[in-house]
Amino acid sequence: MKTFNYHSTKDVKEATKLASSSSAFLAGGMTTLPSMKLGLASYKDIIDIKRIKKLSGIKASGKSVTIGSTTKHVEVANSKEVKKAIPSLAALAEGIGDPQVRNRGTIGGSIANNDPSADYPSACIALNATIHTNNRKISADKFFTGMFETSLKKGELIEAIEFQIPEKSCYQKYPNPASRYAIVGVYVAKHKSDVNVAVTGAKSCVYNEKSIASALLKNFSSSSLDNVKISSSGMNSDIHASADYRANMVKIFAKKAVDAC
Amino acid sequence: MASLVGSRVERKEDKKLLTGRGKYTADVTFAHQTYAYFVRSPHARAQIKNVDTSKAEKSSGVVAVLTGKDIANDKIGGLIAGWRIKSEDGSDMKVPAHPPLASESVNYVGDHVAVVIAESLDEARNAADLVKVDYKVLKAVVKTDQAMDSENIYKDIPKNLCFDWLLGDREKVKEAFDKADKIIKIDLINNRLIPNAMEPRAANADYNPSTEEITLYTTSQNPHLARIIISAFNGVAPENKLRVIAPDVGGGFGSKIYPYAEEVVCSWASKKIERPVKWVADRTESFLSDCHGRDHVTHAELAVKNDGTFLGFKNETIANIGAYASVFATVTPTYLFGPCATGVYKMPAAYSNVKAVFTNTAPVDAYRGAGRPEATYTIETLVEKAARELGMDPAEIRMKNFPTEFPFQQTLVHSVDSGDYNAGLKKAMEVGDYKGFEKRKNESASRGKLRGIGFCSYFEACGIAPSAVVMSLGCGIGLWESAEVRFNPTGNVTVFTGSHSHGQGHDTTFAQIAADRLGVPLENIEISHGDTDKGPFGYGTYGSRSLTVGGTAIVKACDKIVAKGKKVAAKMLEVNESEVDFKDGEFIVAKSNKKKTIGEVAFACYLPGTYGEVKSPLPEGEEPGLKETSFFDPGNFSFPAGSHICEVEVDPETGNTEVVKYTAVDDFGTIINPLIVEGQVHGGLAQGIGQALYENCHYDDTGQLVTASYMDYTMPRADNFPEFNLGFTCTPATSNPLGTKGCGEAGAIAAPPAVMNAVMNAVGTEVSMPATAEKVWNACQKMNKSNSKAA
Amino acid sequence: MKKVSLEVNGKKVSKEVPDHTVLSVFLREVLNLTGTHVGCDTSQCGACVVHVDGKSIKSCTALAADIEGSKVTTIEGLVSNGKMHPMQEAFKKQHGLQCGFCTPGMVMSAIDLLNHKKNPSDKEIRDWLEGNICRCTGYQNIVAAVKEAASKM
Repeated sequence: MKTFNYHSTKDVKEATKLASSSSAFLAGGMTTLPSMKLGLASYKDIIDIKRIKKLSGIKASGKSVTIGSTTKHVEVANSKEVKKAIPSLAALAEGIGDPQVRNRGTIGGSIANNDPSADYPSACIALNATIHTNNRKISADKFFTGMFETSLKKGELIEAIEFQIPEKSCYQKYPNPASRYAIVGVYVAKHKSDVNVAVTGAKSCVYNEKSIASALLKNFSSSSLDNVKISSSGMNSDIHASADYRANMVKIFAKKAVDAC
Repeated sequence: MASLVGSRVERKEDKKLLTGRGKYTADVTFAHQTYAYFVRSPHARAQIKNVDTSKAEKSSGVVAVLTGKDIANDKIGGLIAGWRIKSEDGSDMKVPAHPPLASESVNYVGDHVAVVIAESLDEARNAADLVKVDYKVLKAVVKTDQAMDSENIYKDIPKNLCFDWLLGDREKVKEAFDKADKIIKIDLINNRLIPNAMEPRAANADYNPSTEEITLYTTSQNPHLARIIISAFNGVAPENKLRVIAPDVGGGFGSKIYPYAEEVVCSWASKKIERPVKWVADRTESFLSDCHGRDHVTHAELAVKNDGTFLGFKNETIANIGAYASVFATVTPTYLFGPCATGVYKMPAAYSNVKAVFTNTAPVDAYRGAGRPEATYTIETLVEKAARELGMDPAEIRMKNFPTEFPFQQTLVHSVDSGDYNAGLKKAMEVGDYKGFEKRKNESASRGKLRGIGFCSYFEACGIAPSAVVMSLGCGIGLWESAEVRFNPTGNVTVFTGSHSHGQGHDTTFAQIAADRLGVPLENIEISHGDTDKGPFGYGTYGSRSLTVGGTAIVKACDKIVAKGKKVAAKMLEVNESEVDFKDGEFIVAKSNKKKTIGEVAFACYLPGTYGEVKSPLPEGEEPGLKETSFFDPGNFSFPAGSHICEVEVDPETGNTEVVKYTAVDDFGTIINPLIVEGQVHGGLAQGIGQALYENCHYDDTGQLVTASYMDYTMPRADNFPEFNLGFTCTPATSNPLGTKGCGEAGAIAAPPAVMNAVMNAVGTEVSMPATAEKVWNACQKMNKSNSKAA
Repeated sequence: MKKVSLEVNGKKVSKEVPDHTVLSVFLREVLNLTGTHVGCDTSQCGACVVHVDGKSIKSCTALAADIEGSKVTTIEGLVSNGKMHPMQEAFKKQHGLQCGFCTPGMVMSAIDLLNHKKNPSDKEIRDWLEGNICRCTGYQNIVAAVKEAASKM
């Protein structure tokens, strides 16, 4: 990989001050480092934020669970608070990558990267998350703007993600057999007054599948989806799965998720 | 002393590998080391108009930038095709030149254009970015079945056709087909695979200007072959000035049998710059430039009578051999494929016709099984289809056509010395509880899953030999194997073998053989391999040959040791040689019970004198020392065989397919170390199931490799497999004194048809490999439609 | 350049390395601990797994500078007083390795599993080893080795 200057920072101010148009924040590095190794990305400055204490940790209130951006997947998976408040979120974290990825990878890194087949973005959409950055709050539906793109501005740092606790929820995915990322992942969450069906892997960016959500809002059962038709238009088509297959799997995995709620 | 043959001896090589003390090529670094990084073609097919190295040469840390012109100026020869095949019309195969660094054209993505050598890998890589290559991009030829109808890649190779080969008799086949009640037809694709040994290829060449000797460390299954090719064909250095060492090697599976451009370039460059040059592939380079495997498009037909008797078989195959003809690229789809395509059956008439085509993809060569998986997949999916169409049980149709007399003259080439195919299949049905399948199927159905069962009965020809025969068929090398058994003066033993172990456990199995033969404890025997300066010339490890051919050479060398030892012991014991017996490491005179241990005899051979008197233990004319060499060239191939039964479970909602039960019953002849043999079967099965369900090399229409990392190429993982059930039958081979047949490739040969037949049984239609969720899901949709129509 | 101070296999080390040095390179090329292997570029094969502060990580995907001050255990650090770790012993006994290239990472990963779970089921073992690719063994004897080690640890 191309060389860079490594900075380990102790607070958010220091980190954001170092940021420039040719810098990247480093948390777990699970995507940043491989893309640099493959020559797909290079930076002048790498700003390590893992030692900023306030960015890590899990807090639960009656209505929400807030997870610091450098909290590792393994910590979310094992967190008693998360397991109690939103068990599907702990299960999602337990299913990301492999144990070594979960020991390093962070929630903030995952959503800032916004890989179209990553798991966490679907949780943010399904659980009406609010992304807290160093200078504002962004609601999840405004945060994920496109393939590997978010509404984060250059040098803006995610501090925490606040998830709304649903009445019930479940995440189900069909993993790509090679990468183990989602070919299709569906996160169904039933809140007091709405239902979200966040889909990852199927399109260039995570989205809320409204047709399924509205059917479930009327009747929260998998049979209510029998007559819902999911169009394959706009869906990804690649060597692993066609758009048609993905469209069908969105419905199948939504049903599986509802049944497992 | 109890025999070690048949004993589950733990491996002698394990401790170093388990404690991080193994030494792989990438672990070797010399003083004054330089690092090489290759500039590779980003295009599948292009002319090279110009290579500008001026900026790269000025980059920090750069020692040299060498191009195709440089290598041509130094008259370094190209890479070779090692097996000459003749077409049906008698003409010779056509092969393009394959320079280690291209100067005129590049023919696949990853083809070698230049090498940058620098003080560090980072500097070499950075400078490689500065090498400016002007390409004129040409339309790439990618698809196997379209290659003959595409533009010629090489101007003197019409239709991109390397050869159009025939084995068998078209007339006889026609007659057989005319008599048939039914013709079963199949069109199939044997999917292209990427071998993916976990250790990426690497080379480190160290030229010593004062001795003019190059020492080349390399990831090779076959260091002697690497030496003779780099020396005799590439002309880098004379054989006596080239030492090739293949230290611990992290798997090969065929992809490391022969030298590649990188070894040639590093050796040549080291001589040029008079410093050691090290290259270690990253995984992307491995994907792009390791030779790939399989890639056949086949149409096959089986002529049958209504009672299930086979009358004839024909096989028309197009084999993609990639951009250049690699060393075993031409034999893999011909003599390793065609003869085995009639399977384990009496087949009165048959032919195999193979057209090998060039495409703008990485070269294709031997990969675990090499030709025999393709053959077995063809015949075994065809036989299963015949059973379906004739309404017969898949076991019954197989048994009906098995030969029962051995030796069995197989239709196209082989005289199979021994086997009992009925016993194998019956045992597989027992071990796999065939009777209980319906019950298991119903249980799966109760969970909404479709369960299918598939059979495969296979045989394979391995331990390739004899040299005179294979050379008459075009082989460019001999296929014997060597061993040197060296008693050290203090009574322990070093055994040198020309084969090479890169996971197969030779250090243990070969020591077991020598320990039994010489009566020396296992721990006093060391196996040495992988260094052309140590043991005698040999032919390396591939084609399940090492134990059968190399192990026999050890036996024969041990026998020579014992023969000499008898003479010496007789002199020492003052009896006639005929009175001396050898047993359990001791030379004994039966009538007096006087004895000398083999260690005492060895000591006497090395110190042939007596203090205080002029007296030698050596008989008149006998030379001192105790070391014997043997070169074994077997009289026939060996023929492992077996029957495998696979059960899969399909989720009709998603198409997800899992192997839920797998039974393998194999006949490998005599088994020396069951622990190691079972491991070989497991590994082969994982690769075979991998081919059937997961693995697929995919090039897009422009010749870009889409599956160039583990993100897109599915490597099977632990959670993809159930626990395999293994069983064995044994009919010893008659072509070698050990009775062994070879076990390394069986799993990769038998599993693909067993799995695919099971998938087909579950979903009712043919599915191509790999049976991805989407393909199986589509098959389920079709089945649902036809079921609802029927209802 | 960054000065990186670590405790590796119980020994304190301090070395000046380029900022972009990943831990696998630091171990292999700076400390000559070549038991840790590198088999891919995308953090998937797991040949490079080591323990950092008691947890398994992929050393090809962590900067040496980033783990400053940590305790690192590599495959070389498992042997104590000339005796192999029970997991290493079990791999030998059950023939859980063939070419040995993936083995160091496999062993380190498996030990981390048993640190979390004393007696894992076959399925739990296979799931845990998702991040370790082996091309030789078909995994069966690796699973057997982990179970064997679990019974001994």
